[in-house]
Amino acid sequence: MKEMREQSPGGVVGSRRGDPPYLAPDYVATRLRAPKEPLIILPSTLSDTTGPAYGRAPVGELDNDLTRQHEGEPLGERIIVHGRVTDGDGRPVRGSLIEVWQANAAGRYTHHLDRHPAPLDSNFSGAGRCLTDDEGRYRFVTVKPGAYPWKNHHNAWRPAHIHFSLFGEAFRSRLITQMYFPGDPLFWQDPIFNSVRDEKARQRLISSFDLETTVPEWALAYRFDIVLEGRRATPMEDH
Amino acid sequence: MGSGRTPSQTIGPFFHDALLDKDRSELVPPDHPEAIRIVGTVYDSAGDPVPDAMVEIWHADRAGRYDHENFSGFGRSDTVDGGSFSFVTVKPGPVAGPDGEMQAPHVMVSVFARGLLKRVVTRIYFPDEGEANASDPVLSFMEDAAFRETLIARDEGDALRFDIRLQGENQTAFFEL
Ligand SMILES: [Fe+2]
Repeated sequence: MKEMREQSPGGVVGSRRGDPPYLAPDYVATRLRAPKEPLIILPSTLSDTTGPAYGRAPVGELDNDLTRQHEGEPLGERIIVHGRVTDGDGRPVRGSLIEVWQANAAGRYTHHLDRHPAPLDSNFSGAGRCLTDDEGRYRFVTVKPGAYPWKNHHNAWRPAHIHFSLFGEAFRSRLITQMYFPGDPLFWQDPIFNSVRDEKARQRLISSFDLETTVPEWALAYRFDIVLEGRRATPMEDH
Repeated sequence: MGSGRTPSQTIGPFFHDALLDKDRSELVPPDHPEAIRIVGTVYDSAGDPVPDAMVEIWHADRAGRYDHENFSGFGRSDTVDGGSFSFVTVKPGPVAGPDGEMQAPHVMVSVFARGLLKRVVTRIYFPDEGEANASDPVLSFMEDAAFRETLIARDEGDALRFDIRLQGENQTAFFEL
């Protein structure tokens, strides 16, 4: 198999794509969990150029509105989060499942293991899903999540973020990431955000304020475009 | 190309309500005549189980076809119960490899967890496929026999066991796609 190779876990393939390395010691939990053996570069086959039908699962009409899942409206700043999902060649990723989850406006998750002493909101579960349309577009209505402390280091706070899970067209395009908000004063001390070493790649995790999509007297808007690995393997650089 | 790709970030600890609201660990009903059970535990480098991971599988049907008719081939399991995951599915058939030769039956696996800034990808191969495994293009690329063995499930009678060691001694072999 002449095209098969090995690759160090923090090596150039990961950084070329902008992904963080597995080991980022400032993010303490990576120390015991980051693989250290060389990664085997897998040649592309049907096993990874196909992808789960779950990625095209039907979703409920209100699943993309996190402010309408309960009797009343959640507290917080109502926002629209939208964008386009494309592959590396700029083609829209159509009919693909996006799942999101986030803390409430006070920085608290509904998860039973979240012990942050901030109030829960009985009108907010913080989970949503939607399918991209024919142009790869998606749209959520939610409230802006609060920052929260997480004990990674002294006085550690996560910048406000929304977790995104995407399938794209194939096993190889699967992505779980986090969307941040522009101008957050907590970026500099966050080892998860800063685990993405490449400055340009890191900026791609930050949504942009989108005046055009705001709804007067109702909600502000943020735009977060997402680029997934395509169905076909990107050619390896030889050097 | 692909230089503008959105980077990965960790799944964090609080994904369960959003991603595991429904049980997706049974790809076929347990009473399916060809049902097999695949179980395993995710471990960190200290040998401690990882109870906050999510394991996803993706594999072909018994005839080696992906996403065919009623068989989705996709499953998801948490590891809340002491780091362990479990799937009920059918054994996949062989699938064509990169040069058209056949690959041994295998299951693609993604593991996400707090402390993993991007998923790890591995493959489950089957212990009763000695001949196919020996000529599999991916397995036969791996020169270190012990490393190769980490990809082959162990037959425990009522289930196939595939433990995943993220780091340290006997670390599972992981792939870069
Ligand atoms: Fe979070």
